[in-house]
Amino acid sequence: MKDVRDALMVGRNTEGKLVNRPISPFMLGSAYKPQMSSMTSIMHRITGVALGAGTLLLTLWLVCAAAGDTAFSIIQAFLASWLGLLILFGFTAALFYHFCNGIRHLGWDAGRGFELPVMHNTGRVVIAATIILTVAFWAAGLYFW
Amino acid sequence: MNDMNSDPSIHIRRSQLGRARGLGAAKSGLHHWWAQRVTAVALLPLSLYFVASVLILSGASRAEMAGYMAEPWNAVLFLCLIAALFYHLALGLQVVIEDYVHNDAVRMASLLGLKGLIVFCALASAVSVLKLAL
Repeated sequence: MKDVRDALMVGRNTEGKLVNRPISPFMLGSAYKPQMSSMTSIMHRITGVALGAGTLLLTLWLVCAAAGDTAFSIIQAFLASWLGLLILFGFTAALFYHFCNGIRHLGWDAGRGFELPVMHNTGRVVIAATIILTVAFWAAGLYFW
Repeated sequence: MNDMNSDPSIHIRRSQLGRARGLGAAKSGLHHWWAQRVTAVALLPLSLYFVASVLILSGASRAEMAGYMAEPWNAVLFLCLIAALFYHLALGLQVVIEDYVHNDAVRMASLLGLKGLIVFCALASAVSVLKLAL
């Protein structure tokens, strides 16, 4: 045993013998069916990690811009390529999802929106808002570009 | 945590000095949670500003981007964005690592590597913005 919390996971059976207490199955797998609560939660984490990778790209973009014309033209050409646009599309979708679901989380932090029907509704609003904002961003991007 | 295949046993280690002094929690448990919320709230307007900036700068030349950053408000807002974004990112990825990396040595190395990389990227971004702006 390495952790104090492990003490809570050990108990005695009716014969007084030490046994490991049963634990819940892992969150992913056949034990649970997908739900609005679990799926929006795991998507928040996945988009958060993806945005971390996107932030590396932001750093690269700023550093190239500061470095000089050659470096900046290379990064701009990459971002305008189909692969770059695909990455940027994923970046914006992840950003809008994390943004909208983040507001949902702040609402929970304020003690609001815990009722199941409300939680299901706000989850649907987050998904719809993500799609609308992403499409609107790219429509505006193609219009200005 | 507990390996379900091993024989169960209980022995909790706590330092004798800690017991004698009655030390409990470090009293700083809320800081991580609170800092993540503060940076999240800061990022609400800042990320919208960032999205608008990306739209404005799409297809821009380097001179146009330097001109954009030369506006003091843009440079300051980008520096605010960088500070809040990288802080928020460090806090979030720290929790992800703590959730999934169970080996103490690997977890410590991952956390230190993460924090180092984030400080490096944050400074590189901030210096780049300042170089474009000044």
